[in-house]
Order: sequence, then C-alpha cells, then structure tokens
Amino acid sequence: MIRTEELLLNVGPQHPSTHGVFRIIVKLDGEVITEATPVMGYLHRGTEKLAENLNFTQIIPYTDRMDYVSAMTNNYVLCHAVEKMMGLEIPERAEYLRLIVMELQRIASHQVWWGTYLLDIGALSPFLFAFSDRERILQLFNELCGARLTYNYMRVGGVKWDAPDGWIDRTKQFVKDMWLRLDEYHNLVSGNEIFLSRIKGIGQYDAATAIQYGLSGANLRSTGVDWDLRKTEPYSLYDRFEFNVITGKNGDCYDRYLCRLGEIEQSLRILEQALEQFPGEGPTMGKVPRAIRPPAGEIYVRIESPRGEIGCHIVSKGKAEPYRLKFRRPSFVNLQILPKLLVGETMTNLVTILGGIDIVLGEVDA
Amino acid sequence: MDALRFIDKPLTWGHAGLMVLMAVAVLAVVIVFVTYAIYFERKVIGWMQFRKGPNRTGPLGLLQTVADVSKLLLKEDTIPAKADRGLFILAPVLAFIPSFLVLAFIPYSKGLQFADLNVGFLYYVALSGISTIAIVIAGWASNNKYSLLGGMRSAAQMISYEVPLVISVVGCVMLAGSLNLNDIVVAQSGYFWHWNFLPQIVGFAVFVVAAISELNRTPFDLPEAESELVAGYHVEYSGFRFAFFMLSEYVYVFAIASLTTLLFLGGWHPPIPQLDFIPGIIWFILKFAFIVFCLFWIRATLPRLRVDQLMGLAWKVLLPLSILNIFITAACIELFGMGG
Amino acid sequence: MSEENKNENEEKLKQAPEAVPNETAETPREPEKQAEAPAEAAAPAANQADTPTPAPAEPAGEAAAAEQDKAASAEPATPQASEASEVSAQADAPKAATADETPAQPAEAAAPAAAAEGGGEETPRRKETEEEKAARRKAAFEARQAAKAAAAQAKADEERAAAAAATAGAAPSSAPAGGEAKAAAPAGAKAPAPAAAEAEAPPPKPPSPNQPRLNRTVELLRELVAEDAVEEAYINEPNDHLPTIVMKSGHWTQAAPLFRDHEELGCDYLRNVTGVDYETHMEVVYYPLNMQRCETYCIKVRTDREQPSVPSATHVWETANWNEREIYDLLGIDFPGHPNMTRIMMPDDWVGHPLRKDYVPLDPEV
Repeated sequence: MIRTEELLLNVGPQHPSTHGVFRIIVKLDGEVITEATPVMGYLHRGTEKLAENLNFTQIIPYTDRMDYVSAMTNNYVLCHAVEKMMGLEIPERAEYLRLIVMELQRIASHQVWWGTYLLDIGALSPFLFAFSDRERILQLFNELCGARLTYNYMRVGGVKWDAPDGWIDRTKQFVKDMWLRLDEYHNLVSGNEIFLSRIKGIGQYDAATAIQYGLSGANLRSTGVDWDLRKTEPYSLYDRFEFNVITGKNGDCYDRYLCRLGEIEQSLRILEQALEQFPGEGPTMGKVPRAIRPPAGEIYVRIESPRGEIGCHIVSKGKAEPYRLKFRRPSFVNLQILPKLLVGETMTNLVTILGGIDIVLGEVDA
Repeated sequence: MDALRFIDKPLTWGHAGLMVLMAVAVLAVVIVFVTYAIYFERKVIGWMQFRKGPNRTGPLGLLQTVADVSKLLLKEDTIPAKADRGLFILAPVLAFIPSFLVLAFIPYSKGLQFADLNVGFLYYVALSGISTIAIVIAGWASNNKYSLLGGMRSAAQMISYEVPLVISVVGCVMLAGSLNLNDIVVAQSGYFWHWNFLPQIVGFAVFVVAAISELNRTPFDLPEAESELVAGYHVEYSGFRFAFFMLSEYVYVFAIASLTTLLFLGGWHPPIPQLDFIPGIIWFILKFAFIVFCLFWIRATLPRLRVDQLMGLAWKVLLPLSILNIFITAACIELFGMGG
Repeated sequence: MSEENKNENEEKLKQAPEAVPNETAETPREPEKQAEAPAEAAAPAANQADTPTPAPAEPAGEAAAAEQDKAASAEPATPQASEASEVSAQADAPKAATADETPAQPAEAAAPAAAAEGGGEETPRRKETEEEKAARRKAAFEARQAAKAAAAQAKADEERAAAAAATAGAAPSSAPAGGEAKAAAPAGAKAPAPAAAEAEAPPPKPPSPNQPRLNRTVELLRELVAEDAVEEAYINEPNDHLPTIVMKSGHWTQAAPLFRDHEELGCDYLRNVTGVDYETHMEVVYYPLNMQRCETYCIKVRTDREQPSVPSATHVWETANWNEREIYDLLGIDFPGHPNMTRIMMPDDWVGHPLRKDYVPLDPEV
C-alpha cells in the first residue's frame, strides 16, 4: 500500500487568481480538494466603525473603496438610503445621470470580471480586449467626475458634477461601439471548445441552495430564479426602461458566464433608452438641508450592484452621523457557498469556481 | 557540413577543434533564434491584443530580450533554505543540455546538417525524455508544494504526449522507408501536395497537438499555469537558473518547429519545383517561421486545458488516432504502393 | 447651477419679499387644498406610488416637516426656508410632509411622510395611533381652513414665479427647487395631495398597507411561539412600510424556523443580518424575505449587553452563517448553536470587539 498524505496548501493571500488578498486553506488529496477554509479580513478597514464618526457626505468616499470595481453603485446605495430616510426629492437630470453612470459601471465591472476570469482560465487576450473597452468607460467617468476608480460622485440629494458638453454624445457613441465589441467577445470565447469544457458543469448548485445561502446577482439568476432588484423592487428610474432579466438554467459556471454577458447587453439597452430620454437641462442637486440629519429611525435599502444585492442599513438617532451603518455586501454573502462548492474539486476548478462567483475583496472585507 | 565525417578519421586537435567550432556555430544560431523568438512572441501576441509589444529598448524594441537576459544574469542567486542544493542546481542544467543536443541532427538544407544520423527521429525522442526528469527534479528540489504539484503534472503530461508524438511520425517514416531525416525530406520532393501534411493529415494534426503539449505551451501550459500554481515547477528559481528553463523551452520550440518542417512540410523543398532557384534554406526558414508564428497565434487565442482533460485528450483521442493513422498508411502503401 | 438657483432666489425675493415667508408657508398648503378635492382618488394613487400616509405624529411631524419644508420649499435659501418652516410649522406639519412628496419619484415620496413619522416617533405603538389621530384631526381641520384661504393667493403667486423662472419651469418632471416645484405643483401636487389630504384630513394616516401583514405575523408568533414573544411591532414607514417586530432573544430559536416554514410567512431568503450596539442593550436585526410575494420583514432580536447572546439562525438560513460570525467578531454577541463561532474579520488572536461603542483600541494613537 502506498502511503499518501493530505497536503495542506495555502492559496493566497498573495496569489494571481484570488482576486485580491484572500486566502483559502485547502486540504488536498492528490489533486482533489477535501476541505477548503476561506480566511478573510486582510482588507478589513473598519468602514462601519469609521462611519460612526463621519457625516454622510464624508462617508461617500469610503463607500467607493468597498467594492472598488463598482464604486458608483456603492455611492448610490448610501445616498439612496439617506434620501429615503429624509424624504428628499432628486431632480430628474440628477437621477438620469445616476442611472447612466450606474449602468456604465455595471458594464465596466463585468468587463473586469470577464477579462480576469478568462485570464485565470488561461486565455491571455480577452483580458486586454476587456480592459481596452473599459478604458473608454473610465475616460467617460474621468470627464464626468475627475476620477477613474473611486469617483465620490453622488451626493445626498443628487450628483456632484453635471455632464460636461458632449458627454452624452460620447456616451452614445460608446454604447454603439460596445454592441459590436460584445459580439466580438462572444465570437472569441463563448463558443470555444476548450473554454466550454472548462466551464460547463463546474460549480453547480440548484436554486434552493442558492436561496438558502442568500446568493444574489448572477449567482442566483444562473439557477433560474428570476430575481433582479431593478425589476422586483425598482429603485431610481428603472421602472421607466425596458430590459430583460437574464436567467440561466443549470446554476453552473457557464450559466453565470452567460448571465453576466447578458447583463452587459441589457445594460446597453437601458443606456440607449436613458440617453434618449436624458433631460436637456436641469439641476443636478435637489433641495438638501445644509446639515444632513436624517430623522431618527432605521432603514434598509438595497440595490442591484453588478455582484448582487448591496444593501445599506442605517440606524440613525437624528444626528449628522449615523449611529450604526452596515453594508450588506454581496461578495461577502456570495462567498459563503465557496467551501461547499469546492469539496471534491481539483485545484484547477478552484480557480474557475472562485472566478465565477465574482468577488471583490474590498467588499468582502469592508 | 557534416561533423560525422570526422568520425572515421583520427581525432586530431584540428578535427576536434572544428567539431567544437561547428557546435558553437549551431549554439550561436540557436541563441540568436531564441532571443528573437521571445521578442517576436511578445510582439505578435501584443499585436493580437491591440497593443504594441516591446518597443522601447533598442530600435523597435529589438534589444528587449538582451535586456531581460542581462537582468536575469545580474540577479541574486537564491536557493530556498531547505531545498536540496545539488538537485536544485542540477535541474536547469539537465533541462537545457538535451534540448541543445537534439539540435545536432536537424538538416536545414541539403547537406547542411551537423550530424547525419540514421536513426534521426528516434534520437530526438530519446533525448526529450530526459528533460522530463529535469522538471520533476526541479519540482522536488524546490521544497515547495506548488512546484511539486507543477513538477508532477508536467511529468505526467510530457510522458503522456510523447507516445502519440512518436506514433504519429511513424506514418511518415513508413512513407519514406527510413528514419533518416534526409530521406524523409527527399521522399517529399515534388509539389506541395506531396509534402506529408496532406497524405498524412491525421498524423500531422496529432503531431501538432502533441508537439504543443511537449513544449508546455498554451493551451497545454499547465505546469507553468501562472494563475493556478504561480508558475509551477520553476517558481523558486530566479536569475539565470530560471533563464535556463526558459532557454530550454525555446530551444525545444526550435527543434519541434524544425521537425515539423522536415517531417510534414517538405523540409527545404519549394512548393513548386519551378521555384527551386531560391535556395532551400530560405524555404526552410519560411516554413519554420510560419510554424513558430502559428504557435504564438495559438498561445494568444486559446484558454488552457485542465489537467484531467489534457490526459484524456492524450490517451483517449490522440493515441487511437495515431494508431489508426499507421493502419491506414500501411493499408495505402500495400494497396496503392505509395512510397517505398 | 447653484448660481442659477441663487439668481432665481434673488428674483423671487425681489418679486415678493414679504410674501416669502407666506409663500413657503403657503406652498405646503396649496397642495393641501388640491389634496382635499381628489383626496380619496389620490389616496389610492398615493398608495400605489407608495406614498406613506401622513404621519400621525403631528407634533413630532412638525420638526420633521420643518426639514421637509426646507427641502420642498422654493429656491429661497435654507435660512429663509427655516424661517418659513417655523411659520408654517405650527399648523402645517403634515402638509409640509406632503409638499415634499410633490414631484419626487414614488420612492422619494415615500420617504418624506415616512421621515416625518420617523422623526416624530421612533416606535409608535399600534394602539396609540388612533388616539393621536383624533387629537390631530382637530388641528388638521383648523389648518385646513387657513390653508384654503391662502391657497388661492399662493397659487397666483406661484404662477407668477413660475413665469419668471421660465427656463427652469420647462421640465415638469424635474422638481429641483421649490420654484419649479410650484410650477409642477399641479402635476406633483397629486402625489403630495393625497398624502396631504390624508395628513390633515381625518385619521392622519390611513392604516399602512402592510398593517394586516404585520398583525397576522404577530398573531402567528403569539400563537405558535409564545404569548409574550413579540415585544413590539410597528411599521417602519420610510422603509417602504416594513413590518418590524421586536423580540427577545429567548424566543428566537422557535421564531426563526416559523418565519421560514409557515406558509403565510414563507421567508426562504435571508437578506441581511445586522448587529447594533445600543448602549443599553444589543440587537441583532434579521431581514428575511419571501421571494414569491416579495415581502420583507424586519425582526429585531434584543439581548442584553453584559452577556449578549442570540440563538443562531444558521440552521434555518445558511446565509446567517458568516454574518453571525462577523457580528460575533465585531460586536461580541454570542450565537449558541452556530457551527463555527470564530472570528472572521479580525485576526484570530484579537482581543475586544471593535464595533462596540465602548471599544478602546489597544493603541489609541492609531
């Protein structure tokens, strides 16, 4: 009898494929994983504790840094929560700007996911293609609010900067170009034999498990559950636009892949409609009291970020600072299913599954 | 230019000196090839990804590899604390030497060959197996679980793919009636449809796939899968030891591309005999360059195979196909009297 | 844009300097008056728009209304608004609240009145509201009389102002500042109107649409868990009328599976788990969701501060697993029954629970 031992392997925290500082302690029997324990907290910066001493406008830059790949949706969730508590009106133009940047951000975030996912799988080129397109979005954001990654763009009551001249036209041009690029993405990757054999049937779970684990976003929709907060609990102006919710069937990595690429398509549709309806002029900031003091009470709002349901729970005592601010981070909740999915998989599939969940460590740790 | 001419003559200093010089010449050619193969790989892959490759060091970036190699030479020679020193130092050497030895028997043109061996291709097969040992040694001696995994994977992969590689060539050997590469090339003279890639199309396909796998290149680059194993078996190597591994990989690229040209693309023959005023070496270089380009192209495009899929491909697909190829070739030779 | 606003401010000031306080006072009334007419018709509309009915807590509402005033009132800068609000606050609490809701989107509209209520009472008890309603009825009635008188004048003033602010008035959909709000008042007034109508009209607020659900939930809990299981139950109006139940931790072990399994509740998805440290006690807030009917609940499980302990809900909803670990790590609440009660964010050997209000970091200078 050959004596074999279980190998304890540390994947991360520095690792090209863990998408950030994330560590998984993996027990391997040969190439097969028998147990996986995620260890996180390497990027925990105490946002929630810090927020207890900051007024809401000061917290907005902190939200940027949570899910740094999708900062606009983070901004929005906080501003939306405060506005709801205070009952503020947001001017049309501001709301349209918010919606447009959120959808652009969704596309940019999915491009990062697509590029890095394929890089993990071994294809070198899609990464470059995705980032070259994403560059255009970041250019647009740069013109709009001066930053490429951490925008600090929204404020309670509206947005900080108005769209400069020609920005809307440039965005329209980008949307047109992106339709063609999306076709190229599909042509390059989606039908590739090797890619399909790497992805199909991997990391599969059913809808009941997904709901039990509280998954959201593409992770939930890939199992066939039709749950997209933009449709089921509409916020902002989403009820004015026509778009579909992309669902999968099997709940494996391939379905998640298709869901996310489908979401890019739907975002482009929403953008087309929103850019058409964009009000020609208008203020970008509503009537906001100089000191933002939400009345005492509690609120929990949630929006659909590219990763899933991001929620903001505020307990306020009527002061300018929140008494307790908690973010329900989709990556944190989605990651819970990882140890369950990894049992019995090989190391290669670990990377595929982890990439398919689409996490951002800034959000997991907050 | 055949060094083996000197085999039957007494070994004088002059003869030995000449042999050494010829060896150095081959080495120089190969090193120049490696330098510019790396450069062109980066450029070509860059162009395929909408970007320019290196273009800063030297005019058009031509000195990029020189800069890289100099950097590697100047690096600190780190050996991990608990690594097995002897084996650790031996592994890159053991990986490089066979790759260089393999170049001995490649004929670039009629009469332009370092050693005309009658067993030609078998010599290559024997030597390339030694590199597998070197990789396993590297994986073990690094005292690192990732390298060990990478080394094991690589050993499994290379052994599995050697079998279809060799068997797929048997068809060409049968058509030429000899293992001697010169004879195999001569048997492909004529028009380009006489080259072996058409009559032996199945063998060609199997050979190409198996060759890419032998080279540990994408889509079969599991041993060095950067995103999973953080560079696999050579993760603990730095400086020039690492350069040796890279060097040996590119020398094997040279060897495989040459072999493909010789065995399946007609060696130094022009596509149509009327063009034979262009020297054979030029044709050889053109075909060779085309194959190398295709290798880069595939690297830029395809994702990686998983290890079990890789094994499955070798044993369940390529091996049966190559054996089938032998049978069909034998049948055709018998029935239609093709080849010798 | 702020400059434009300022200019418009100044214009309005010049036009009717004396009328300014009146205007702002009257603005809320004007929607009121319109509200009276389409009161019932608007009520369903308001409900559809998810406009919470005016808060019963008028006195408290006034304070909130003052804030609403600032938000909803015309361009006049905040100081003027506050003056105006003081003037109007006396009788206009609900109206101000409604005025806020003017053109805003439904979600926003929900907030104002809700905020008003939220600001008014933190935890209004169900029984109390009717008594308060009666009290408020009188005040509202008197206010209505005064409102009618001034309404006509207010309207005339507004139209003048609207004409003056021609450029801004172009977008009835955008309701940035009060001036444009007034121009859009007829359209927007319907939203605030119903609310206003209900605000000043009889029982300040018609029962919340989720009241029956809340009642039923409390009944079920009382029946199936324990007679004293529910400490408090109320509707959190700003938060889309979220039924909120406060329990003691002792009963949570039985209540949690009830929420998941009982067919009337059927909450298969746990949205969020938050831990809050009120200095006198601690709370863990669960937000289960029934996906089929899109119904959310909010359950606050109270526990004391010295030895905080809440039975774990992990065996009911797997989502709670890491969320509870995080709460344990950062707040120190123990969750007996949790499969793996270890720290998740902080290093394993950390001492103390950082999110607590009395947490003293080991190194104060950091």
